[in-house]
Amino acid sequence: MIHRESGLLKTTYQADMALYPLPVAKWAVGAIAVLAFVVVPLVLDEYYLSICNLISVAVVGALGLNILVGYTGQVSIGHGAFMSVGAYTAANLANRLGSPWPVNLLAGGLMAALIGAIVGIPSLRIKGLYLAIATLAGQLIIEWTINHVTFISGGVQASIEVARPRIGSMVLSSHRAIYYFLLVFVVLAIVATLNLMRSRVGRAFIAIRDQDIAAEIIGINIFRYKLLAFAVSAFYAGVTGVLYTYFLGIANYEQFQLGVSIDYLAMIIIGGLGSVLGSIFGAIFVTLLPIAIRYAMEAFGGSVFDRGTVLNLIPALRLIVFGALIIGFLIVEPEGLNRLWRNIRSYFRVWPFAY
Amino acid sequence: MSELDWQFFALLLSNGILIGLMYALIALGFVLVYKATDAINFAQGEFVMIAGFVVAVGVGTYGAPLWLAITIGLVAMIAFGFGLERVMLRRLIGRPVIAVVMATIGLAAVLRGFGPLVWGAGTKSLPLPISEEPIILGPLFIPPIQLVGAGVSLLFLAGFTWFFLKSRRGIAMRAVADNQQVAMAMGINVERYFGLAWAMTGIVSALGGIVWGNLLGVDVQLSLVGLKVFPVVILGGLDSIPGAIVGGLIVGLVENLAAGYIDPYVGGGTKDFAPYVLMIIALMVRPYGIFGKAIIERI
Repeated sequence: MIHRESGLLKTTYQADMALYPLPVAKWAVGAIAVLAFVVVPLVLDEYYLSICNLISVAVVGALGLNILVGYTGQVSIGHGAFMSVGAYTAANLANRLGSPWPVNLLAGGLMAALIGAIVGIPSLRIKGLYLAIATLAGQLIIEWTINHVTFISGGVQASIEVARPRIGSMVLSSHRAIYYFLLVFVVLAIVATLNLMRSRVGRAFIAIRDQDIAAEIIGINIFRYKLLAFAVSAFYAGVTGVLYTYFLGIANYEQFQLGVSIDYLAMIIIGGLGSVLGSIFGAIFVTLLPIAIRYAMEAFGGSVFDRGTVLNLIPALRLIVFGALIIGFLIVEPEGLNRLWRNIRSYFRVWPFAY
Repeated sequence: MSELDWQFFALLLSNGILIGLMYALIALGFVLVYKATDAINFAQGEFVMIAGFVVAVGVGTYGAPLWLAITIGLVAMIAFGFGLERVMLRRLIGRPVIAVVMATIGLAAVLRGFGPLVWGAGTKSLPLPISEEPIILGPLFIPPIQLVGAGVSLLFLAGFTWFFLKSRRGIAMRAVADNQQVAMAMGINVERYFGLAWAMTGIVSALGGIVWGNLLGVDVQLSLVGLKVFPVVILGGLDSIPGAIVGGLIVGLVENLAAGYIDPYVGGGTKDFAPYVLMIIALMVRPYGIFGKAIIERI
């Protein structure tokens, strides 16, 4: 039954912290699940499913970064590198030991968490701008190490081929199979993040974001929780790297350079800092943006620019639109797409009244 | 060590000092903005690139005389600095650190797309009337452009040091940096000084673009010089002009010595790597740099 809430009637903490504040939310989540698991793979062809797969990978990464930046308030420009740590750990394990994908996935995540915690150590003494620069250094140092240590990167090209994941005797080689594979992890990441933020740990993260000295005074062990935030966030990033590697079939450091760290930061800024739904919106938006620009340029670019050069302009144009969107959201709607969604929702919820 | 080893060492040393001073020039632009407005400029390298593009295109494509192209470059960068403050950064005053960081990262992306889109992706040369023959001083080979770059850098560093210590505007700018509200109460037009700081960064970036553009050629890769700014300013202290020189010298020396002595063992690339390792160590030991002001935080 669809009905509207009228006022806040919560009388217990359980009710206040419930994942589904209203019965209608349960229906909505159910509908989205049916859409994602049944309708999308039936309707879309392989090409569009590969785009969906890119989005799935991005959602996991964006959720992880949002835990660190949005919820704990620690800036990281090193998440691309954490992803590469996960990717190369998994690729090396798969090729050297022939271990199955669940082991590789877990090992990739844990290795990234370890490296993330190490990169996060400076956060205990420094914050804000200085921390941003320290994580930038982390990104460049990890990038360099992977590229130059042949034991990790596996040779001159610094890329390692990885066999497709297999479940039992079934090899997940089509985009449709990978789609289900990735979707499971998207659901896991969303549920884990939502629950983490309702727990004692999540509350500690938020307290550190709001005022870290005050958080320390009320008894939160900043040392532990800051490193934990880095580790958890890097774990997500590592898993993202492994998933991306399985999606591509190859681990390559060029897929995880500084630009990727910035892409993910853009996702959570555009989507909304400190919001699970915002991470998802942002991941979808930023992943679709270059594809949309390419379509638009192929369709209309010829009338504005010289036909032959249109395709060469796309990377430059993508950068401009991308940067302008980041700046635009920061100035006009700092809370991102999530806020826009909430505004729309509350408009319809109370319609036809103003509030 | 043999005679040859000493010559090699001296060569690395002189090269490191000159390159270091040229880094200091770019770092100066970064420090000026941070000192006055508390904003960190992740687009510093892109500023340098855009300035290089304007001058190189002025000379190469339109055939303007060099002095005119440089003047246009300077005026364009000053206007750009003022405009940027007015349109973008003024609206971000009082917002969390990540907002300003991300805004300048966004700006960097826009500029990196804008340069090749408007002026083409090919590398442009930026010829200066300076001989390309290296000056040979005993064991040293010194390219004249590096000497010019180092000279310009020292000149500006001295000029800005005087500006902040002695001039009325410079003192006002320090007041703005120290405490915006009190500065406002003392009748200082805070926003105007923010604009001025960004315009000064524009000037410094224009000169950086000319010397670095001559050295490396002008294309998108020129903006990567901006990544070298971070070790420089962290080592020296984000808000210190002498720190920019000292940091620049340290980074220049470290990367040249590392490239000279470590590269043969690990197969290259230490040049881009060593400064960041040094920076991480500096952050752990002395987070506010050699000359930077430690911030005491209160609730």
